Amino acid sequence: MTGKMDNTTRYERLRERYMNGDLDRRSFLGLIGAAGLAYGVQTPFAKFAHAADVSQVRFDGWGGVVSEALRENAFQPFESETGVEVVDGTFGGGDEYLSRVKASQEGEYNIAHLSGVFDYARYHNLGLSTVLNEDNIPNLQYVIPKLIDVFRNVSDGKLSCVPYDYGTTGLAYNRKYISDEEMQEKGARILIDEAHKGKIGGWGDWRTRIWYGALQTDQDPNGATDMEAIWDAIRTHRDLSLKYWGSGAELMSLLAEEEIHATEGWSGRIFALQEQGHDIGYMDPPNGYGWQECMFVIKGSPMEACEELLNFMLAPETAIAVAEGQNYPPALDPNKVDLGDKIPTLPAFDPNGTLDGLTFADPAYWNGNEQEWSKKFGRIQKGY
Amino acid sequence: MSVEAREARQPWILLSPALTAVTFLLFVPLLFIVVYSFWLRTATGADQIGFFLDNWQEALTDRFYRDILLNTLKIAAITTLVCALMGYPAAYFIARSKGNKAILLLLLMLPFWISYIIRTMSWINILGVSGALNTFLLWVGVISEPIQMLYNEQSVILGLVHFLLPFMVLNVFVSLDGIDTNLEDAANSLGATRWQAFKQVTLPLSLPGLAAGGLLCFVLGAGTYITPLVLGGATDAMFANLVFEAIITQLNWPLGSALSLMLLAVLGALVLIYNRYLGMAQLMKGLG
Repeated sequence: MTGKMDNTTRYERLRERYMNGDLDRRSFLGLIGAAGLAYGVQTPFAKFAHAADVSQVRFDGWGGVVSEALRENAFQPFESETGVEVVDGTFGGGDEYLSRVKASQEGEYNIAHLSGVFDYARYHNLGLSTVLNEDNIPNLQYVIPKLIDVFRNVSDGKLSCVPYDYGTTGLAYNRKYISDEEMQEKGARILIDEAHKGKIGGWGDWRTRIWYGALQTDQDPNGATDMEAIWDAIRTHRDLSLKYWGSGAELMSLLAEEEIHATEGWSGRIFALQEQGHDIGYMDPPNGYGWQECMFVIKGSPMEACEELLNFMLAPETAIAVAEGQNYPPALDPNKVDLGDKIPTLPAFDPNGTLDGLTFADPAYWNGNEQEWSKKFGRIQKGY
Repeated sequence: MSVEAREARQPWILLSPALTAVTFLLFVPLLFIVVYSFWLRTATGADQIGFFLDNWQEALTDRFYRDILLNTLKIAAITTLVCALMGYPAAYFIARSKGNKAILLLLLMLPFWISYIIRTMSWINILGVSGALNTFLLWVGVISEPIQMLYNEQSVILGLVHFLLPFMVLNVFVSLDGIDTNLEDAANSLGATRWQAFKQVTLPLSLPGLAAGGLLCFVLGAGTYITPLVLGGATDAMFANLVFEAIITQLNWPLGSALSLMLLAVLGALVLIYNRYLGMAQLMKGLG
């Protein structure tokens, strides 16, 4: 089945044809110019075109194995069934994506794979949310109710997204250098342990750093009382770290190449490393960082087409196939849907469907401090 | 229309596509950035439109930004110096080689055929703990434990030198290639040694090329963002990373705009100083 392309892929293919000599220079430059002109002319007016038949929906996600799983198991079957093209883009993080959406024309971006209720709240507070017609998404009935309720609480009882999967940012460690016993004993403090200086890593994300700083100083990550102690823990971690990683691919590379021996990591990516045969342990410390991802529909999108896609993605056979591909448990309630054999083995999976064992970021607490903390972390990260 | 009038209009007609592009793709966006720098970011991440000097006050008075800027200029200066020391002999060799000059120049340009990010990341496979160099040193028994060579300021400078060296070589080459070799022969015939002839004739004449290469390396090095991100350690950020962080991570476009204009002003001042004393003609030759 042929995958649909975004503009970058189109350009790359065109360039390849030119480089291979299949296209003369004049035609190549002409096509590039025409594409630029067409884009510039149509973009400001794109939002007025929604009344017409929708032939395309844009989706943006985390790339790597996550995007591959979605493309193969959700988008391609959806395209075959409905004829609506799903243009598949990627981003490196929620912050970066928000900047792109902010700079875009309304309707340019449609569905985003957002992480955490705090992200949902940020988009909602910036006026980027929509109101989904839940009657068009009957498969929402299979989703764990608790996952839906937290989003409703943010947007006045309505939904601008459907919950899709969940996972944790736990502790990943190379068993060749760090035993399971040592991890059990030290927990989150392994990341500020002098004994592993230069072999420690960490995600350069301010929320994660503060969350783990809270765990290292025995505080509630959703209600710290001594921020100075947390900043000190972050400084210690910085001084012992080899590097802050910035993407799932970099996390996997640093662990697989043994550049680092301990870091916090995303449960699905660590599971993928384990599947590849690397002896990497994974542990969720008490009050470890849990998160739930959703498929968020951005203001100005063609709603019916987006709702149809979301419903398709939530169909148990689709959601299970995607979950098995990306290694994150689906948002489907295990009490209502048989999730098969692999999903119960994934890290962070909750067989009860209550998710009581996971601690999620409180959106009001984190978003209320975002401006001050993200800036302060940026300075500490650079040695201040 | 008279012939003179037509001839006077012709350059403007020919230049109009380029001028239009520069106006709409450079000056207009730059104007937006200037306007943005006077706005404010609110707690939700939305922008507050108005005329506020807060971002400029913060950018100009906060020690944090000044220190990172100075560190960025230091890294760019070291990179430029290393490029000059490595690039000059290479350029001299190419300029004085007989017959195979074109092949050597082609070899010099080869790295540009590969993406800059890929070239930067290739150092991880060379200098990483399980990279080629460590593997070799372990194999020959020189070391018993892998050496940590990556993720520090030195590896950032190495990545920058790798990226910028061809710019230096090209500029120096253009300058050396334009020097009449008879001048060195004349100096030799008047009793100068080869070293004296080089020092007193060739080197001074090639200084404009060296300066042009230095300016390019410095400006490109100081504005880099990818290299410290890929090859730098936890604290090895450069000024462009601050701009990225303000705009992308903190969603603070107004502050990011002020910071980017600050960097532009510093580097622009350097270009103006260069132009004042050496002129842009040499730079254009090197780029051409």
